[in-house]
Amino acid sequence: MRLDYPSNVKVIRVPCTGKVDVQHMLRAFEKGADGVCAIGCLEGDCHFNSGNLRARKRVEQVQKILDTIGIGGERAQMYNLSSAEAPLFVKHTQNMYEKIKELGPNPLKLAKAKAA
Amino acid sequence: MNLNTDSKLEKIMKSGQLAVTSEVGPPRGADLEEIEHKAGIIKDHVDAVNITDNQTSVTRLCSLAACIKLKLLGLEPVLQMVTRDRNRIALQSDILGAAAFGINNMLCLSGDHQSFGDNPKGQNVHDLDSMQLLQTVRLMRDEGKFLGGDEMKKPPRMFVGAAANPFADPFEIRVPRLAKKIAAGAEFIQTQCIYNLEKFEKWMAEARDRGLPEKTFIMAGLTPMKSVGMAKYMKNRVPGMDVPDEVIKRLQGVAKDKQADEGIKICIESILRLKECKGISGFHIMAIEWEEKVPGIVEAAGLYPRPTV
Amino acid sequence: MIVADKKPIEEIIEFVKDRERILVAGCNECVTVCEAGGKKEVGILASALRMYFKKQGRDVKVDEVTLERQCDHEYLEEIAGTVGNYDAIVSIACGVGIQFMAEEYPKMPVYPGVNTCFMGATEYRGLWVERCQGCGQCVLGQTAAVCPVARCAKRVFNGPCGGSTNGKCEISKETDCAWQLIVDRLKTLGKMDEYEKLFPIKDWSTDRAGGPRKVVREDVQQ
Repeated sequence: MRLDYPSNVKVIRVPCTGKVDVQHMLRAFEKGADGVCAIGCLEGDCHFNSGNLRARKRVEQVQKILDTIGIGGERAQMYNLSSAEAPLFVKHTQNMYEKIKELGPNPLKLAKAKAA
Repeated sequence: MNLNTDSKLEKIMKSGQLAVTSEVGPPRGADLEEIEHKAGIIKDHVDAVNITDNQTSVTRLCSLAACIKLKLLGLEPVLQMVTRDRNRIALQSDILGAAAFGINNMLCLSGDHQSFGDNPKGQNVHDLDSMQLLQTVRLMRDEGKFLGGDEMKKPPRMFVGAAANPFADPFEIRVPRLAKKIAAGAEFIQTQCIYNLEKFEKWMAEARDRGLPEKTFIMAGLTPMKSVGMAKYMKNRVPGMDVPDEVIKRLQGVAKDKQADEGIKICIESILRLKECKGISGFHIMAIEWEEKVPGIVEAAGLYPRPTV
Repeated sequence: MIVADKKPIEEIIEFVKDRERILVAGCNECVTVCEAGGKKEVGILASALRMYFKKQGRDVKVDEVTLERQCDHEYLEEIAGTVGNYDAIVSIACGVGIQFMAEEYPKMPVYPGVNTCFMGATEYRGLWVERCQGCGQCVLGQTAAVCPVARCAKRVFNGPCGGSTNGKCEISKETDCAWQLIVDRLKTLGKMDEYEKLFPIKDWSTDRAGGPRKVVREDVQQ
């Protein structure tokens, strides 16, 4: 289909969203990511039964932590789609892109700039 | 008559007459007038008055002080004591204090969990359980000893009782549990509010099979319903309470302003029926914040006048 | 095992907000199993703290370490060489480990990152339940191996109390009545006759009532 998705979205491939831990998402923010979204299979369609459900719970944990430390939980999101839904992938990444644009850059970068 | 104490309750039941007790909850303030007033309403219609001990774990004026007050007024108090709030030092000490003021009756309870009350964040004690408290009172009275083994000069002469719930689960141990309380030293038993008469009679039959009414005085507990709402609350919210649907239906069957009368009618009918139940030594009428109804119930149930002993 | 639960990050931030060099120390034992203080939780907490400080525009060092055990001097000694690099330790071991850490490094401020809850077991992942309160005088031999001290809300020894309903405790429909469990098990074992034995008044001096406890075993001492 050769669809375009926002060029500043960096895709990290994992065997299953169930592999993505809270730590990984937090590290991404620590390293300066403005937003992280986990995109998993449709609920009920996980090859490993509950990987995508676990991922959703972990994203929720990340959201809570980000809210607590003042970075904002909205910067982490979970989406579900099937591997045949490329247009939906584009739509979700675009949504995420729009949301982040609205929120502005990761506050850690701003703080760093201020400190410097 | 072989009496263990100066208790009026003991004398009446040992003389083979049905005893009647009621109960009064102390106020939530430093004021004894209310309790004097409530006890005054029922004093001629009951043989003794239970004073509750921070019931449902809500902080109130202490049972012991209220009992002393009643005693000074010439009434016969039953000191309720829960094991939730005091350790064995405090319990023994309060027993001595009560006995010193001529309080002759005690009811040993474990007490509702503190999470129901106004201090759910508080600690509970439960150094002893209710059966161990019974044993403690009997040790002090009969052997003149403290739990620590020391002897005391003047033992407390307490007529000691316990509560029994014929309805709580598991049902099959309800009679063995009664036997256990008697073995621990309970001389009288006040039961949980009875609404399911059939189940209660079944419990009594089993108790009779084991000869338990000969070893203790069983007082049937009754609480008149004020409304359908109260009946539903008791059924659904109060742990260990058995309110059959027929009771609720019967209350629903009358106009709202007649429900209280119907509740009292049910209570009176229950007493009349249970008077025929072998092994019952008396009635414990717990009219919750409704003391003024007690005299009428006692009279209608044919339990008035009260004997003089 | 000892079961702990994570403290809210806000509470931990409050402890260390004025520090410059922090070590977050986990433990590989019980708290790893109950997912409150293992290596993973160290990573999450440290990462959250680093971001918090960065957002404040502050350059605070937050390092991570997970020891084999924090309730053993040998393992605590492993960080002896580096501990001087820090001005505070957040330990997410159980309360025992946290205190042992503080005893090992007397000059180091040590803060708890978990609430230590009880001795229990994993019913299933995400549900940990209490089974023992360490009263020091085990009664399980008399109670069909169900503990009334740990599992009855009133620690009644001659139960059940009047609040037992449909096998549940009066405090909550989610809590089993310990005495229902005891009676059920006595029945299964064909030992209902034991139910009527009065349980004597308990000696609580071996419980916390007797003050801080010790087990002294001279036969194994060196």
